[in-house]
Amino acid sequence: MSTSADPTPLLEMRRISKTFSSVHALTDVSLTVYPGEVHILMGENGAGKSTLMKVLAGAFPADPGSEILIGGRPAGIVDPLSAKSAGVAIIYQELALAPNLTVLENIYLGREPRRGPMIDRSRMSSGAETLAKLGASFGPETLVSDLSIAERQLVEIARAIDAKSRILVMDEPTTALSSRETERLFELVARLKAEGLAIIYITHRMAEVYELADRVSVLRDGRYVGTLVGEDIKPEKIVHMMVGRDLSSFYKKAHSGFSAGKVMLDVSNLSDGRRVKNGGFQLHQGEVLGLAGLVGAGRTELARLIYAAEPRAAGTVKLDGREMRFRGPKQATDNGVVYLTEDRKGHGLFLDMSVGDNVNLQVMERDSKWGGWLHRRRGRQRTAHSIRTLAIRVSGPDADVGSLSGGNQQKVLLSRLLETQPKVLLLDEPTRGVDVGAKSEIYRIIDDLAGAGVAVLVISSELPEIVGICDRVVVMREGVTVGEVGGHSGVPITEQSIMALATGVELSQRVA
Amino acid sequence: MTEGSMGNDVSPGDPAPAATAGRVRGQRMRAALRAVGMLPVLIILCILIQLACIHYTGQGRFMTVQNLSIMAQQASINIVLAAGMTFVILTGGIDLSVGSILASAAMVGMIVSKQYGLIGVPAALLTGLMFGAANGALIAYIRLPPFIVTLGSLTAVRGFARLVGDDLTVFDPNLSFAFVGNKSLILIPGLISIPWLVVIAFLTVVVCWLILKRTVLGVHIYAVGGNENAARLSGVKVAGVLMFVYAASGLLSGLGGVMQAARLYAANGLQIGQSYELDAIAAVILGGTSFVGGIGSIWGTLVGSLIIAVLSNGLILLGVSDVWQYIIKGAVIIGAVTLDRYRLGNGSVRI
Repeated sequence: MSTSADPTPLLEMRRISKTFSSVHALTDVSLTVYPGEVHILMGENGAGKSTLMKVLAGAFPADPGSEILIGGRPAGIVDPLSAKSAGVAIIYQELALAPNLTVLENIYLGREPRRGPMIDRSRMSSGAETLAKLGASFGPETLVSDLSIAERQLVEIARAIDAKSRILVMDEPTTALSSRETERLFELVARLKAEGLAIIYITHRMAEVYELADRVSVLRDGRYVGTLVGEDIKPEKIVHMMVGRDLSSFYKKAHSGFSAGKVMLDVSNLSDGRRVKNGGFQLHQGEVLGLAGLVGAGRTELARLIYAAEPRAAGTVKLDGREMRFRGPKQATDNGVVYLTEDRKGHGLFLDMSVGDNVNLQVMERDSKWGGWLHRRRGRQRTAHSIRTLAIRVSGPDADVGSLSGGNQQKVLLSRLLETQPKVLLLDEPTRGVDVGAKSEIYRIIDDLAGAGVAVLVISSELPEIVGICDRVVVMREGVTVGEVGGHSGVPITEQSIMALATGVELSQRVA
Repeated sequence: MTEGSMGNDVSPGDPAPAATAGRVRGQRMRAALRAVGMLPVLIILCILIQLACIHYTGQGRFMTVQNLSIMAQQASINIVLAAGMTFVILTGGIDLSVGSILASAAMVGMIVSKQYGLIGVPAALLTGLMFGAANGALIAYIRLPPFIVTLGSLTAVRGFARLVGDDLTVFDPNLSFAFVGNKSLILIPGLISIPWLVVIAFLTVVVCWLILKRTVLGVHIYAVGGNENAARLSGVKVAGVLMFVYAASGLLSGLGGVMQAARLYAANGLQIGQSYELDAIAAVILGGTSFVGGIGSIWGTLVGSLIIAVLSNGLILLGVSDVWQYIIKGAVIIGAVTLDRYRLGNGSVRI
């Protein structure tokens, strides 16, 4: 895969294997990364990408016989500290910052400049410079808990750069970013690449592969499948390498669309007095409606308002023509409105509980006998039904949800909602952190639900997804639903038309 | 060595889609380990103490029907308190006030019983329930930290216990509910009888187990402890669940007060139930319940309580001085939990 013109590799991982008590997570994986390149690592969840990167980060040791060379010499990575001093920095999906400390303190966390036993704050200025160089809009003294996910990620990148890391691993860095933030991140990646850093970039998004990739390596079932360079980087090839089969149609839109149904959910002038200033839209039976906008535009907050997870300041919600004032999520659920959180682990699943309990949690009260006694047989039936209809890959109904892959976790969460027989589904980033195969399955599920007459709202930061599965798209900007594309609006659903509304660029021209 | 061989079979979270069979086996093992918890430690402890008794005193005084019965009675009050504490810790909280509530309930029970006989029992239970509910209201609705609320009631409720008895010992040789502490439930006359204290403790454990495993409320307790945000979004009434666990802990403390007063025919607001909360917390933690909530079982708590009881009883039988009893008990608690962490921690690497 390498030609004679290549410079010496910065990182060579050779014959990496990792076994967890007789289970092979990685088998004989090799990866070669050159300075000044963006090396994209792809594979379905559970393919071993994260394990490989954790071996590189020293989070756990590889099996004997595995070799890691940095700059041609054995790197001697035995624990996270030695990995750091070898120049490896990882930006994890679950951001690893201390929210109660300031940005600057986080940048220097674990390597604080000292004078004797005291922190020497005067020598912490380079962190502020790095931050400014990255174009941060917040000060170094801001508390991390006050930052958005995108901003926290910037802090992590600043930390890695400030620590003079040479190998930067980014694990799905754009999942939580808006398009504008993503663009800024790409510019940053290009600059880091020009400075000679090697960047290992894990992603599921094909668009990012075109934008960034110098090389693409693919893992499947813990094994190295191959590496593509230059012209060979094509989506069909990558998908084929990842899943070992072809995906005939990725997005599915077989249901009839919004015109078929009556208005199921009618939201107007909804506001929480803070992030959502004026939210309004109509959602029809049997329709998939997209809710797009930049991160921070108030999409999640609007959905949570409808679900009554947050107190409402003003506005009305009509369900099937009747005005509703839900006292909380339970009452919303009882009336057929359910919400899928964007934060699967933080606000969605009970990782230490079984698949069965996770699936049944929202209906077990409804199912119970004698005012609170569990109906265990019905629970088992529901679990079996969910595992079957959503094709959840799981060893059994008693397995811990925490042991499942991201895609299967998402299906468990989705089946919890579906068991309530909802009339209105509010899906917030339904495919975040999910591999390609599971993504297309979730699209199929959404399509089937709309076909069965459920009114579906999809919030997504992935524009191709919105364009691919939605009948109509409502766009939010700065807490206000500013417009609509598709449907009767006459504007076609494209990434451009959505972005124009989301950023407000075109709107001002139209008014003028 | 029993721990070592079991630990090796525990498989990790989810490394690869292959090897599902191994994973299923691992999950079963892990579930079994969680349920059994410290049982091996309890058994080894019993054997060691029996051997030490034979070695030092020439007779196996530990493993006799009479001694085991005494020990079970001594353990029973802690089992009842620890059962309530299990609910609380499963939600990620803590209840430091159980000893003080026990004292207040015992005092109220004694005083009411002097006038109205058996009405003393419900009066004591109600006292416990009310203090527990007060804790619960502050934690569930005003959202104060459990540690601080119950630290406050640890002191305040102790004061109440002294207040109701004018800071004197209440003594009643004709206590109406004395049978609870001193009589046995006779199953086969002359052959098999079980002390009422033990019966009550066992029934408490069974009822708590049924609540945790067979009711919606039980699943909600685990859910709140496992992920409060997710519980709220799933429509679980989090405040109601918290209210229940602290009220239940208070009620069971009240029950503990009845048992304690019945054993002694007396109660003193200052002395009774002192530092009982520590033994109850130790029993729950020994039983493998996670301090951050969401993981644990009532059977583990039972085993934990028995470990503490066996240790106290055994050290007394061996004639170990009071001072050393404290040191050894503390060391065993820390050691056992360390062992447990090591045993389970090894296998549960998550990727």
